[in-house]
Amino acid sequence: MRHIDFMKHRKFALTLSLVLVAASLALLFTKGLNLGIDFTGGNVIQTEFDTRPDIAEVRDVISSIVAKGAMIQNFGDKGIIIRTNEDTEQSREAVVKALTAKYPGMKVTGFEKVGPVVGGELRRQAVIGVTIALVAILIYITLRFQFRFAVVSVVPLVHDVIIALGFFSLTQMEIGSSFIAAILTIVGYSLNNTIIILDRVRENWGTLSREGIVSLVNKSLNQTLARTINTTLTTLFPVIALCVWGGPVLMAFSYAMLVGMIAGTWSSMMVATGLLCEWQLKK
Amino acid sequence: MNRTDRLRLWIVLIVVAAAGCYAYFDRNGLNLGLDLRGGAHIVLQAKGTPENPLGDDSIDRLLAVLRNRIDQYGVAEPIIQKSGADRIIVDLPGIQDPAAALELIGRTAQMDFREVLDSTGTPPPAPIRSNYDSDIQFVQAQERWQKAIDQLGNSSADFQVRAKSTVGAIVAPAEEAGRFYLLGAVLLSGKDLINAAVNPDSLGRMGVSLEFSNEGARLFEEATARLIGKQLAIVLDNVVISAPVVQDRIAGGHAQITGRFTADEAGRLAIMLKAGALPVAVEIAENRSVGPSLGADSVRQGLEAGLFGAGMVLVFMLLYYQFRGLAADLALAVTVLLIFAGLIAFNATLTLPGIAGIILTLGMAVDGNVLIYERVKEEQKSGKTPMAALDAGFRKALVTILDSNITTLIAALVLFYFGSGSVRGFGVTLSVGLVASVFANIVVTRAILQLFVRRGKEIVRK
Repeated sequence: MRHIDFMKHRKFALTLSLVLVAASLALLFTKGLNLGIDFTGGNVIQTEFDTRPDIAEVRDVISSIVAKGAMIQNFGDKGIIIRTNEDTEQSREAVVKALTAKYPGMKVTGFEKVGPVVGGELRRQAVIGVTIALVAILIYITLRFQFRFAVVSVVPLVHDVIIALGFFSLTQMEIGSSFIAAILTIVGYSLNNTIIILDRVRENWGTLSREGIVSLVNKSLNQTLARTINTTLTTLFPVIALCVWGGPVLMAFSYAMLVGMIAGTWSSMMVATGLLCEWQLKK
Repeated sequence: MNRTDRLRLWIVLIVVAAAGCYAYFDRNGLNLGLDLRGGAHIVLQAKGTPENPLGDDSIDRLLAVLRNRIDQYGVAEPIIQKSGADRIIVDLPGIQDPAAALELIGRTAQMDFREVLDSTGTPPPAPIRSNYDSDIQFVQAQERWQKAIDQLGNSSADFQVRAKSTVGAIVAPAEEAGRFYLLGAVLLSGKDLINAAVNPDSLGRMGVSLEFSNEGARLFEEATARLIGKQLAIVLDNVVISAPVVQDRIAGGHAQITGRFTADEAGRLAIMLKAGALPVAVEIAENRSVGPSLGADSVRQGLEAGLFGAGMVLVFMLLYYQFRGLAADLALAVTVLLIFAGLIAFNATLTLPGIAGIILTLGMAVDGNVLIYERVKEEQKSGKTPMAALDAGFRKALVTILDSNITTLIAALVLFYFGSGSVRGFGVTLSVGLVASVFANIVVTRAILQLFVRRGKEIVRK
């Protein structure tokens, strides 16, 4: 059987991950996230035109009504989506009225309004939800494995979430409530990967004193390598399909999943295992 | 084939048949979320005032009035429920005009009849430059106009002072901008109505006819007798919608409001008056509407992505694992069937993120098969017979599959418990998907492989 010495590169891998996490954090603190109205409150209007007008033209119409900056984007083939930070019904009605006057053929296909209270609650819910999930997972792994395994499997999760957030800060893609779902799925997926590798490490644990931690981890990684590759492929297929065909509503969700899964596979194979080696060697 | 194997095969057949029948024959079928079928999701926040504080009782009455209004408006399968202490969620599937629905449920619709004590004039229209010969004339016209507007402002301030000295009096704006009324105490209100209906008058203007209760009819007759030759204001949510001059005493308990309505507005007003005023004012905290076409687009895109994703997974498994890949593909089909049956059984609502959840589950579901097959391969390499390798492979992979799925299930359940709306829907589909895929991995795959191994040992020996 082919044997790859993954752990030879563990210092490089850990450094790379550290750099990526630091870069993501820097982005988060400087550029921040493009939070959608689910979090900030505001109005979103989705419209459809027979012949789509120029965005700049639409912006001119709207800027006379909405004081604060409006975000206007193409949506699908014939649609334009307009987001404002004003969270009143009146503001939305005024925008629709002005647009209908200018473009009689325009249809409003959907709108969303979120008040400021609800937005704040969602932010709080998101933080509480992710924290509780992480703690519950930590407890479960401590019970099933040991505390050290729990720590080395939760660190990659934090790593994946930060990198996914960094990606969204970099691209400034809009984040809605379904992003929370994406983040928690990434957590689940990455953890799944880590557990499978650590499960094999635990199975081989008996030979620890004979061959040492580095060789033991390498053996476990190689034994699970075929599974890791195959499962990564079978999960990437649907995610790529979602990115390509899933439509504009699911866009942010799909890309979050894609980035998170790549980060998750990497962190399971290199970060969790690398940390375990370093920790064991320090003793 | 020993007894356990036979039992396992029977379990698979029974579960699949039961799930298939359930999914096929269930009358309600799968609930589609509003983001897929189109409709409005509205969250109302009740607002108490010191005179009219919130309580369980007022929220219950609020629910009753809303239900009544929506029923009369004619929405199929509306959901109207309390959320927390002071919020109400209203889901209106499939409505074509969300703005009208919002108008219908968000308005307090408190109607009063009051005596008009005084009123300002109607503000003159602002001057337009093209009507004047010179700039000087235009500027003078503008000054005159401004003076008239200021005058109106002064008299409305004056009304405020006078209202304070009269019991029950208020100042209310008219529907047309700029005009104000000083109104006396309430003579009778919407509570004294027993019926309201759309009724155009003889000139074809839209109106709403009112029918008073016995008590209301008496009050109305008294009021009209007293106010002959004076104006009687009809006030809706503190806006004067009409202020006709009373011509004669009106007995019999019937009246007609004629305002500046369209037919739709008159229809909504009639519904609101019949269903009664909201006991407390509400504010719209959240409002999401999706037109039917956007929803249909989402369903189509979700299906496309799902089919392509599933197709790639199926083909990959078949190419890489061949016959065993076929077993995995069959198990995947069972997983999908179980997910849909499960969603129907739990009466869950399928949302767009939910569809995404199912698509992701497809990829993750075969993970169990991959784990088992790789394990079986290892066992065969160590010299076991195909049957023994299969047994050992399943046994050893089982622990891993359970551990990895339970941790994901924890995340999914947290989503279900803490999430709201579509995120919650995603949590449900993910949870159902995980349970279904574990069953498919360890029971269905095994049953199918057992059949293969018996028919021809060479299949597993490859």
